[in-house]
Amino acid sequence: MQSNLFSEALDQSYRVQIEEFEGPLDLLLHLIKKNEVDIYNIPIAAITRQYLEYMELLKELNLDIAGEFLVMAATLLQIKSRMLLPITPEEEEAEVEDPRAELVRRLLEYQRYRDASQLLSCRNLLGRDVFARKFDSPELAELEPKEEPADVELFELIEAFQRVLARVSIDTFHDVVADGISIADRIGEVLSVLHAEKTVCFDSLFSDGMTRDLLVVTFLSILELCKLKLIKVTQVESLGSIWLTLAAQPEEGELQGGETGNVVHDPAGPEEDSGA
Amino acid sequence: MSGKSLKSIIESLLFVHDQPLSLDRLALILEEFERADLRAALDELVEEYAASERGIVLSYVAGAYQFRSRPEHADYIRRLTKSKGVKFSQSALETLAIIAYRQPVTRAEVEYLRGVDSGGVMKSLLEKKLLRIMGKKDVPGKPLIYGTSREFLELFGLKDLNALPTLKDIQELAPPDPFADQPALPLEAVEA
Repeated sequence: MQSNLFSEALDQSYRVQIEEFEGPLDLLLHLIKKNEVDIYNIPIAAITRQYLEYMELLKELNLDIAGEFLVMAATLLQIKSRMLLPITPEEEEAEVEDPRAELVRRLLEYQRYRDASQLLSCRNLLGRDVFARKFDSPELAELEPKEEPADVELFELIEAFQRVLARVSIDTFHDVVADGISIADRIGEVLSVLHAEKTVCFDSLFSDGMTRDLLVVTFLSILELCKLKLIKVTQVESLGSIWLTLAAQPEEGELQGGETGNVVHDPAGPEEDSGA
Repeated sequence: MSGKSLKSIIESLLFVHDQPLSLDRLALILEEFERADLRAALDELVEEYAASERGIVLSYVAGAYQFRSRPEHADYIRRLTKSKGVKFSQSALETLAIIAYRQPVTRAEVEYLRGVDSGGVMKSLLEKKLLRIMGKKDVPGKPLIYGTSREFLELFGLKDLNALPTLKDIQELAPPDPFADQPALPLEAVEA
């Protein structure tokens, strides 16, 4: 029984990430753990010194320091200086909060989510720990465009939209309507249609009953989704229907990196490349 | 019709379909059966698969039922499929955790909690369909608000958002009693 208790405690205290910090909060938690200090009573001078030493090290290694690390350095120095100032009688009456309180709250909350992310990662992930059957239904394959679809140029998209407008504008009356839908809302709607149907015809997003405003908002949403590279706009044959699909899933492993907080391990930095 | 054959019909449907099937969907397909019977049959199936040590379990994920392989067999299946499966970076996991627990949430809120820029990782998660845009927040700038998707629940094998592992509430500034959850030693029991 007792050995169980201890091994659990050990697991907790040795789970440290070395030299690969997700950001300033991660680094601070590491320093607090390394120094074995109480998170509710952080020796701010010592921790700030170590934090700045770490930043020095980054500089020596000629690594770019992400802005967030600098902001945190400034915050630490501000807290340190505030703690050096004597408390004035007015402040004492007003019961001013410990200057470290806000930082401690942030650290604890961050730690909470970091722990939660570990819990998530320990679950049985579909495609990693558990597997489901999957197959391509022949019926669905038939529905898919057979030819290699070509990407649609912006100009063609605008032409298609002009045709939509021409279709409805003739008998459009001046309607006074309450606040219309925003582009952001429409983006959400278009995305949910795409999630449900995978492939959607450009024209089908513009149904006949829609107001001109809504048509424009829909078109702008499609453009915005293209810009965000969330959808792919293709055409099977020239002058044929234009199809919208969700953009192809990124390659496996794309979720690694691509994060500015990860400044320590970046051997492929541009400076190093040119120096070699 | 007897409950036994209904169970076997449902089993066939679940076997053939490549996506999780919800009770609603099953009720539509099996319109000649009572919904309550469907539910009972599903419950029984789940139990039977859990009890017998088959290589397949009937999972209830994102409000729907799906046959999945037993997690203990992952190594063998990976030999067959030769795929490593999804692997998340710490930043992706942190971001997912924050959005899962705090949704609806804006990018700025995620970045405040993480202390780092999270635009890239959020875009990547959005592309993987693990996040969805839920709308926009009614504050200056009208930032988009994000939540997790059905795919997120399916990937992590969660039946709904309430099934997320519970978090301890953020403790207030008062230092916690480090021995609070430690049970008292059963001294008397030892003596006895």
